[in-house]
Amino acid sequence: MNIVVLVKQVPDTSAERTLSRADHLLDREDADLVLDEINERAAEEALTLKETADAHITVVSMGPDSALDAIRKVLAMGADRAIHICDDRLRGADLLTTATVLAAAVRTVQDVDLVLAGNATTDGQAGAVPAVIAELLGLPQLTQVRQLTVEAGQVSAERETENGEATLKAPLPALVSVTEKINEPRYPSFKGIMAAKKKPVDTVDLDDLFPGADGAGFLVTRTRVVEAVLRPPRSAGIRITDDGSAGRQLVEHLIAQNLV
Amino acid sequence: MPDVLVLVDHDGERVHKSTYELLAAARRLGDPAAVVVGTPGTAARLKESLARHGATSVYVAESDEAGEFLATPAVDVLELAVRDACPAAVLVSATTDGREVAGRLAVRLDAGLLIDAVDLDSSGVVTQIVFGGAYTVRSEVTHGTPVIALRPGAVEPEEHPVAAMVRELVVPSVDPATSARITDRRASPAGDRPALTEAAVVVSGGRGVGGAEGFTVVEELADALGGAVGASRAAVDAGYYPHRFQVGQTGKTVSPQLYIALGISGAIQHLAGMQTSRTIVAVNKDAEAPVFGLADYGVVGDLFAVAPQLTEEVTARRAAP
Repeated sequence: MNIVVLVKQVPDTSAERTLSRADHLLDREDADLVLDEINERAAEEALTLKETADAHITVVSMGPDSALDAIRKVLAMGADRAIHICDDRLRGADLLTTATVLAAAVRTVQDVDLVLAGNATTDGQAGAVPAVIAELLGLPQLTQVRQLTVEAGQVSAERETENGEATLKAPLPALVSVTEKINEPRYPSFKGIMAAKKKPVDTVDLDDLFPGADGAGFLVTRTRVVEAVLRPPRSAGIRITDDGSAGRQLVEHLIAQNLV
Repeated sequence: MPDVLVLVDHDGERVHKSTYELLAAARRLGDPAAVVVGTPGTAARLKESLARHGATSVYVAESDEAGEFLATPAVDVLELAVRDACPAAVLVSATTDGREVAGRLAVRLDAGLLIDAVDLDSSGVVTQIVFGGAYTVRSEVTHGTPVIALRPGAVEPEEHPVAAMVRELVVPSVDPATSARITDRRASPAGDRPALTEAAVVVSGGRGVGGAEGFTVVEELADALGGAVGASRAAVDAGYYPHRFQVGQTGKTVSPQLYIALGISGAIQHLAGMQTSRTIVAVNKDAEAPVFGLADYGVVGDLFAVAPQLTEEVTARRAAP
């Protein structure tokens, strides 16, 4: 079985994130970059499948040189090889361009059975890239999955969203996006970290992925940022220490604000 | 006026409130045309309330298969409707399903996609709030029919009764090799509470709640206020409350009129998911908790004393004539 795991390096959510003044893009210089946590869970699911079936795991990531750190972490967890899409022309790529490029990289992997991804990145948070890649690759989408079974050419999954729970079934090949609930990712072992240094990483650019395509035409932007404004930070309002009547004071305040 | 297609979010019996919000936003751009994808008979049940909220036409795409596959029937139907109506824009709710449908539709149309809009003006410029409330960004689509996913609760629904013209569409047959089949469906065991992302009031509990049993206090206050229950990541990780209620950067982003944080210290992760709430109330024993830095009303105290008293007061006020 050939599994592709899509991963992304993102700014750490426990730190401040800023947009560059010049082009409204994420200021990566200032950001503390980490492998998006949800991707560790997607990788963990691939590694779990590998424990019971013969599987080869390819990690695919798009990003600048620094993304190699995120890739190495997944290789250290146990993935077999990686494709790193690195091209300055992709700086600021929107959701559709990102998905198109990732889909093209997946196509370069022979006989893919399963594409695994996180349900949403912690930076963009659009939550649509996995579905868009399924559309581009003509794969069934099993998204927002908290439990996954792959057996006899079929994938079945438990999906959970705000509208309820559902059981999904599809033939392979298929695309699966996982939620935080799916598993607890393993930590890379020292042996894994050492082994990861020797695992193959193919670095590719747009010309490799789209031979013969006119680069400028391919990167058509379909949206434009008109304005990006830093929101004023919220400031603290009233503060009281409970003397046994805080609940009553609070309700008066809420009534005054027309909130009750 | 050009048509603006609105994908109707429904449970087969009722239209979800988020659809009325889409119809209100659509009216800024043109005549809202509602698209109902469902099993036979669905549109007949929904048509009246759609017309009452301004849908001048209702596209009806019904088949037994429509409810059996994930996402693809809605994408297929919207694509057909766009070819038919040449709309000024397509609006869907930025729910989990809506985001995925919007993304796939934008690919089919080779069109610009804007997800998680909190506002939309008459020229089609969309407002988004990014990085958990750090920035307000305004964007527009420059290529193709704009596909816009609007965050539930962001725009006020409006009644605007019109006569709705019904137009039938045929649901294209689904290729089971490229679509996941839904073999079983269960409602979330959320009971009568409103959906977290749509609720006007959210009451969330954190690690300070102390355990799964402690969440009863959170639930009672939420119920008194007619609100939804949320939980911080710390509370979810500790197993106090299910993950689908997690508010924060790796959970749900909420933006209610009133957000009450009980026993939540206020890690950046959590604040990013709730700091665009209109009013924030925090109750925490620790006077140094970061959540107090952005709370409109902070109570330093024991949530097990403050929250039940608040519940009691709210219940009493609501019962009073």
